[in-house]
Amino acid sequence: MTDDILLSMSGIGKSFAGVAALKEASLTVGRGEVLALIGQNGAGKSTLIKVLTGAVARESGAVRFEGVPVDFRTPQDAQAAGIATIYQEINLVPLRSVAENIFLGREPRRWGLIDWRRMHEQANAVLAQFAVSIDVRQPLHHFNTATQQMVAIARAIGQQARLVVMDEPTSSLDDREVAVLFDVIRQLKARGIGVIFVSHRLDELYVVCDRVTIMRDGMTVADQPMASISKLELVAAMLGRSLEEVKQFGATAFEEDFAVRPAKVLEVEGLKVAPRVAKVDLDVHEGEIVGLAGLLGSGRTETARAIFGADRPQAGTIRFGHETTGFRTSREAIGAGIGFCSEDRKTEGIVPDMSVRDNLTLALLPQLTRHGVIDQARQREIVDRLIKRLGIRLSSADQKIRELSGGNQQKVLLARWLCMKPKLLILDEPTRGIDVAAKAEIQSLIRELARDGLAVLMISSELEELTEGCHRVSVLRDGRSVATLDHAEATEHAIMTAMAHGPDEASISHAGA
Amino acid sequence: MQELEVAAPRRRRGLTWPWRGGPLAGALLALGILVLFNLIATPHFTSLQTLYVNLTQVTTIVIVAVGMTMVIATGGIDLSVGSLMAIAGALAPLIFAGRLFGMGPGLLADGLAFVLPVLAAMAFGTFNGWLVARFRIQPIVATLVLFIAGRGIAQVMTNGNLQAFHNASFYALGLGRVLGVPVQVWLMMAVVGAATWVMGRTLYGRQLLAVGGNEAAAQLSGLPVARIKIIVYAVSGLLSGIAGLIVIAINSSSDANLVGLGMELDAIAAVAVGGTALTGGRASIIGTLLGALIIQLLRYTLLSHGVPDAAALVVKATVILAAVYLQQVRRAS
Repeated sequence: MTDDILLSMSGIGKSFAGVAALKEASLTVGRGEVLALIGQNGAGKSTLIKVLTGAVARESGAVRFEGVPVDFRTPQDAQAAGIATIYQEINLVPLRSVAENIFLGREPRRWGLIDWRRMHEQANAVLAQFAVSIDVRQPLHHFNTATQQMVAIARAIGQQARLVVMDEPTSSLDDREVAVLFDVIRQLKARGIGVIFVSHRLDELYVVCDRVTIMRDGMTVADQPMASISKLELVAAMLGRSLEEVKQFGATAFEEDFAVRPAKVLEVEGLKVAPRVAKVDLDVHEGEIVGLAGLLGSGRTETARAIFGADRPQAGTIRFGHETTGFRTSREAIGAGIGFCSEDRKTEGIVPDMSVRDNLTLALLPQLTRHGVIDQARQREIVDRLIKRLGIRLSSADQKIRELSGGNQQKVLLARWLCMKPKLLILDEPTRGIDVAAKAEIQSLIRELARDGLAVLMISSELEELTEGCHRVSVLRDGRSVATLDHAEATEHAIMTAMAHGPDEASISHAGA
Repeated sequence: MQELEVAAPRRRRGLTWPWRGGPLAGALLALGILVLFNLIATPHFTSLQTLYVNLTQVTTIVIVAVGMTMVIATGGIDLSVGSLMAIAGALAPLIFAGRLFGMGPGLLADGLAFVLPVLAAMAFGTFNGWLVARFRIQPIVATLVLFIAGRGIAQVMTNGNLQAFHNASFYALGLGRVLGVPVQVWLMMAVVGAATWVMGRTLYGRQLLAVGGNEAAAQLSGLPVARIKIIVYAVSGLLSGIAGLIVIAINSSSDANLVGLGMELDAIAAVAVGGTALTGGRASIIGTLLGALIIQLLRYTLLSHGVPDAAALVVKATVILAAVYLQQVRRAS
């Protein structure tokens, strides 16, 4: 049945600056088939899509579209061949009319001029197929995201697209709009158009997709009919666990020394931060490491940023020390004793051209200053002490931080907060992209800090880090707290179950307490 | 031996000296070549007269370019400097001539004629910073507002007339000397010294570089990003105001149409030639000083060899391009 195969990509490899983003990635889409493409952050989904659409050149592998080997050099090539991509941020022209957007670059003409009447009629006709009825002469930005997406799809159909790639199309839609979108996808399917559907909302995949391709570490690790795989199996494959070998019990290395629960440092109730966080409850005690688990898009980072005062929540309470209403700025949160290591070291952590010394003391610097002048002797003393304590490997504290390895950079960022003597440290993926040795060092350092009384809230996508490195694990799913697991309960199986299904009698102790 | 021991701790503080092959080596080399060429080819180059002519002409560029360096270090740019010079230059004669406050000539009037125009330019600079920091308007657009409107304001204040004047205090600023060195050169050295100290030793300097180097990281580390930006544009305005006063003092007249005309481009060129990246996060005050000297000396060299103005501009642009290119190459290696 090779006739039915619309697109096949096989053995795709691509590396950036020597780091492999894709190795042996593959996928196939049949005519009229809706394929779910899923994977954790950094699994290679977006690179694979970029290879398909010609935005990135592959280094190895083959792409066949409608049975013909193809090699798109630019996104325009792919578009001309019949592959349309609909991005999360819609890439249309917001100030031009709906009709103009649908016909951009191929406007119906008459006597060399645009035939507006015909263009508007045709635009109406295309949109009517999707039961969308709007004034096509209005500028696109007058309409909401869902409608704009419909316009983008209408444009794709108008271009005779035979494959439509949708990158997280539902992330900013409400339930009703999602239902409309799914109707449209079914129509595309009925016309024999193939769809690649990228989403992190697992439930949706079962509603609309026929087959699923799962990626991990740049490879395709599973490819099977949607109906034949359970949500738990999906999560396990994304995280790199087979259900048979999932550890039923947490590691024993972690001593449980909480006979008496010490004081609560942080208490969050009913937190809502649009658009990703709907209702999150969690608390952290003195000397406790609480893991925050959840799939990509479950609202973990958004929760952390709201606690830190970097984003403003719409509802809920955040209690920390004397503060009961939450912080309005990061400055306030830092002043109250919170530290926050962002998941994105490069764009939100290091100041690349600055020395290690200045990076390390970035937050502390005002305290090392008298009459506006930096006390360099004290700065040097503190920096030297922390470099030693954390075992940061460098040739000199004057070295630019960009020259350090990822692991050492991360240690400098940890030190940036440790020198502030915080009461609560929020770590977002503290060991991502770090070599194994540095990873172990950072993990044991976090434990040591907690033993000294520091409260830690740690976001992690690594099951081991959650089961072995945390006293408790709080699981989020679609922006909601769905489970809080004690160390003994927090097995890989239980965490994955909560991530996939939400509340489950067997694995909950006190969800949303 | 002794010198080595003194030098060692300096290196540890992160100062790189140009003659040790630091980032300024290229600029220093270019300056050296220019000086050498003039020593050989330009008559009377070694006279004190020549030195003063060049120094006098370079002071205003240096003073404005120092402020520009700091603005660029935050990842911004200030196009309004020339117009702010014109405003300060238009305001001062109005004050000491008594046309603004109806005040008789005297020391008080002269004092106010120095202070108020500079404060006015600083206030306009603060407005620039406010647009950039509070409304997140791109610096090139935000400062374009006063680039256009500022000169208009100066022209309205003076009805577009040239104001010629004789004022002892301004004469001293323009042509006076202390210990044989022009007053404005002392002023320039004070500005360069103060800025070097601020960037190297103070909290503000460090935070400025952090904002330019990674604004998101600075914000998440609790730095008052908006305040830092507003201050830097205010400082740029203040320095422009001082430069405006120097220009009218040298000319003993103020022409709102001409004071500071094209200064923004000279200042940006000095910063670029001096090795400060226009992407932010880095600042070399000494580099900017060298950059301004190179541009000035180049202009002088071409002029004294009778190269027509139009051709001189092309040569100037070529040298700027070459200097910036050399730094790119150095950085990449």
